[in-house]
Amino acid sequence: MGVACVAVHSEADVAAKHVAMADEAVPIGGAAPADSYLRGDVIIEAALDTGAQAIHPGYGFLSENPEFVDLVEAAGLTFIGPSADAIRAMGLKDAAKKLMEEAGVPVVPGYHGNNQDPEHLSGAADAIGYPVLIKAVAGGGGKGMRLVERSQDFAAALDSARGEARTAFGNDAVLIEKFVTKPRHIEVQVFGDGTHAVHLFERDCSLQRRHQKVIEEAPAPGMTDEMRAAMGQAAVRAAEAIGYKGAGTVEFIVDASDGLRPDRFWFMEMNTRLQVEHPVTEAITGVDLVEWQLRVASGESLPARQEDLSITGHAFEARLYAEDVPKGFLPATGTLSHLAFPQGCRADSGVRAGDTISPWYDPMIAKVIVHGRTRAVALSQLAAALDGTQVGGTVTNLAFLGALARHDGFAAADVDTGLIGRDLDALVQDPAPEPRHRVAAAMQALNLVETREDSGFTLWAPLHRAVQLSHRGEAFEADVQVAGPDRQIWRVGEAEVIAERRGGAWRVGGERLPAMSRSGHTITVFDRYGLVFEVIDPLERDALAGGDLNVVEAPMPGLVKAVFAEAGQSVSAGDRLAILEAMKMEHSLLAARDGVVAEVLAAAGTQVEAGAALVRLEEE
Amino acid sequence: MKLISKALPSSEAFQANRAAHLDALAQIADAAEAARMGGGEKSRARHESRGKMLPRRRVANLLDPGSPFLEIGATAAHGMYDGAAPCAGVVAGIGRVHGQEVMVVCNDATVKGGTYYPMTVKKHLRAQEIAEENHLPCIYLVDSGGANLPNQDEVFPDRDHFGRIFYNQARMSAKGIPQIAVVMGSCTAGGAYVPAMSDVTIIVREQGTIFLAGPPLVKAATGEVVTAEELGGGDVHTRLSGVADYLAEDDAHALSLARRAVQSLNFRKAQSVDWASPEDPAYDPDEILGVVPADLRTPYDIREVIARLVDGSRFDEFKPRFGETLVTGFAHVKGCPIGIVANNGVLFSEAAQKGAHFVELCSQRKIPLVFLQNITGFMVGRKYENEGIARHGAKMVTAVATTSVPKITMLVGGSFGAGNYGMAGRAYQPRFLWTWPNSRISVMGGEQAAGVLATVKRDAIERQGGEWSPEEEADFKRPTIEMFEHQSHPLYASARLWDDGIIDPRKSRDVLALSLAAALNAPIEETRFGVFRM
Repeated sequence: MGVACVAVHSEADVAAKHVAMADEAVPIGGAAPADSYLRGDVIIEAALDTGAQAIHPGYGFLSENPEFVDLVEAAGLTFIGPSADAIRAMGLKDAAKKLMEEAGVPVVPGYHGNNQDPEHLSGAADAIGYPVLIKAVAGGGGKGMRLVERSQDFAAALDSARGEARTAFGNDAVLIEKFVTKPRHIEVQVFGDGTHAVHLFERDCSLQRRHQKVIEEAPAPGMTDEMRAAMGQAAVRAAEAIGYKGAGTVEFIVDASDGLRPDRFWFMEMNTRLQVEHPVTEAITGVDLVEWQLRVASGESLPARQEDLSITGHAFEARLYAEDVPKGFLPATGTLSHLAFPQGCRADSGVRAGDTISPWYDPMIAKVIVHGRTRAVALSQLAAALDGTQVGGTVTNLAFLGALARHDGFAAADVDTGLIGRDLDALVQDPAPEPRHRVAAAMQALNLVETREDSGFTLWAPLHRAVQLSHRGEAFEADVQVAGPDRQIWRVGEAEVIAERRGGAWRVGGERLPAMSRSGHTITVFDRYGLVFEVIDPLERDALAGGDLNVVEAPMPGLVKAVFAEAGQSVSAGDRLAILEAMKMEHSLLAARDGVVAEVLAAAGTQVEAGAALVRLEEE
Repeated sequence: MKLISKALPSSEAFQANRAAHLDALAQIADAAEAARMGGGEKSRARHESRGKMLPRRRVANLLDPGSPFLEIGATAAHGMYDGAAPCAGVVAGIGRVHGQEVMVVCNDATVKGGTYYPMTVKKHLRAQEIAEENHLPCIYLVDSGGANLPNQDEVFPDRDHFGRIFYNQARMSAKGIPQIAVVMGSCTAGGAYVPAMSDVTIIVREQGTIFLAGPPLVKAATGEVVTAEELGGGDVHTRLSGVADYLAEDDAHALSLARRAVQSLNFRKAQSVDWASPEDPAYDPDEILGVVPADLRTPYDIREVIARLVDGSRFDEFKPRFGETLVTGFAHVKGCPIGIVANNGVLFSEAAQKGAHFVELCSQRKIPLVFLQNITGFMVGRKYENEGIARHGAKMVTAVATTSVPKITMLVGGSFGAGNYGMAGRAYQPRFLWTWPNSRISVMGGEQAAGVLATVKRDAIERQGGEWSPEEEADFKRPTIEMFEHQSHPLYASARLWDDGIIDPRKSRDVLALSLAAALNAPIEETRFGVFRM
């Protein structure tokens, strides 16, 4: 479009991909979002300094912050998105629902009042009937949201929802909503120019885990023309009711217990920004939504009429995260030693190989998007794309995404927001490595993939070398006899695995050696969605210099100033057990390991010699 | 000039040669296997049950994964001490650690507790000599009870006995050749000085011990009752005595620490030759077994061997029309330029002069020399003595003795008499001396020796008017012939470390390349020759 871009970045992102891609970049502060990406004033200053005309807020941080919009406009700049009033109208969920009801958009029963007294909220929940959802009024993205099944759990859930809301949004007001038992999350993409709006059909985001979208698709499977029209019209009404400008999403909850019916969808909220999952809509409509955003922001009217828009094929998007799935989807960090996506998919990624997934921001690595003629075709494309995706240097949810892409119920379009939760155990099954995978990792660990011409040379008997590795905390040893530059005989456990190179390509246990990457002691074998191994470095088992770990000794002659330990007491490594005064200094004497104090051998006030035992721990 | 082989791999002679060499090789392989097994199954199992790695595993885990290991003395002490000291109780050789060639000396505690037999001492000293000449950092993986007491007279007192080990350590350290010890078992008495004399010492907790006298001797001497660990264990030496520098949890940890120690040596390899890009020979080295006659007495063209050793089988032969029984010329082995001196028959005066000339050339140009030795000796007879063959031979011996370029000798056939000297035999201190299973070494052939002795005897008998029947003479000669036969065998020779090891002829090219790579760690000094008898 010929638009020059200025990126803003925090200290943590100084070398980030978006910075590298921009025409110009401006640092705006520290790694913590509150010191940089949430600093509207600094961002506006950066825009003015660089001569920018408009600010695109992306889809996080300040993208739905009306005060920021006001500031942007006050500075004489264009905010690429809706007006502050529109954001405000939709930002507070209770008010939004009232507004929507008035505009004739169906809403879920709930309490959206201002009375935030816990007693009152609990009463409202009882009136709506359990199960209910507590949601942060200013919330989004699942933050500050709790599902409550029973009345007696309400108070605790409310507290924790509020705590999270306060941290995330600086506003702990909540609303209560009826929880639909067989719900599907279907949302409609709308686009307005401030007066008129069109919809770009729906997306189904029912595959969720704890209210976080995992795989999105468009169109929604099983959608009828009648229902699509009803939802589309409702969404357009919602957008036009607030004079919406730019890209927005109207989210509905759909009761799918009896198929998709036009009377069973209710407005949940409107996201007044571009959504993470917008590429699936782009795929099926052929519309570049960001281009539309820029065009409308620069004063054009809607680039297309409703009747010009149509659906072609089916699209999926899978969200690839640095997450430790078997450990409860714990966000992971790490430096991406390798990042590659196969042909035939669109991979939107904010990181490159060599970049770091830091603990500061969302651990998303990429969105993998596919577009096919039919849902079945697109789904098999998604499975293939996930198979071919290679991420090294961190654990990911790739195997989980792959399992979902091959889930029978999902393939049969039998989706609802409870699908993942119900089948979680099967979906998070960690693919177990075969001996050949262990050997591949060991080859990488010992730098035996690239060999030298004289590799493995001995005069007579070959030598055996070993390496210790672990996979998912389970340690194992791999032993190798390098028989030459192109042949290695490995042993892992009971299995003997031959690695042989022919025509430049290694075959291990009869199979082609998978691609691998290494970052420090972490090796990723790109098979089964990435098998992560850790090299156990003997150097990290440094022997303690102290000798007998059972006894705390005086390091030099001195006066025992104080003793903090007593017999029978449990202590942890590093606990201060006594203070020795010597050479005009006080020396803390620490426990060398966790344990239980067996006896105290010196009382405070005793003068002791160097090496005198002061405290003894029980033998382990 | 690319050499053209005349060998016919399908011929009967080729196949017969190959079969005979394979037989000879199998015998060596058996001896090497026996050496590898050290003190036998039981003692190996006991060693491992203590959480200790077997010696070759220690070596492998010290070296870079896949690193070549150029073992020396792989069949040392074979057939000696009633078979009590396989491999002379110590594994030694050159491998790479973080890309740096190092000399590793690793005691085998499964062989009589790793105690030093005379051959153990000799092998340890030879390893040190190689390290010193070629500037290779030394890593001692120590697990030894010290001198073998029943053999103390051949182990302790002389110049090249036990004490020389520590002398060498001190001298090498002074030359900037790093000395690293990893104490993975006992280091008792004199053995205590290996770690103590090292630049850097690592010791394994509750496994390595260093003391001048063990607990039994301490008790006998002073009555003090003390455990080995309290007397000289890892904790004591890294915390109290300072005899060792790093405390390791186990063998794997200790070897990793040793690898790290090498990483911080800041050791630079001298770059003294102009490397070319390596190239395989045009003829398969595997064919060496077929082109070399099984019988030492059958003459053959040594160029058939050269064609299977050098890059592209290219050989720039020097003075090909003069003194033809000695083949000299330039070639490359895996990119390293070399000068080859190879026998192609008995040495005449011209050949000796040509040899001296060529050695001078290589010395001038600082090109390493490779001797392919298959020599029955210098030509004998009045004509040759009168024309001064001793004078010409002396020129060659002088040149070979005094050149500063690295010499690598490969005994590919016979090594008899003064020919051994001119062709850089052991006494001429080649950096490495390797032998083929078909080689034989002795002062002269068994027949000739028996003949000399018989002639002397016959003269004596006949002077006293006696008679000596041909049968009696044959009976007289037989023991000498048999003795020579036995003692000239490569296993006999290698057991006594007259060489650095017997190799598979098919691996000669690799062995040469690794020997050269090791040798080039030391800078090539200027040569100053002695007086040539003109």
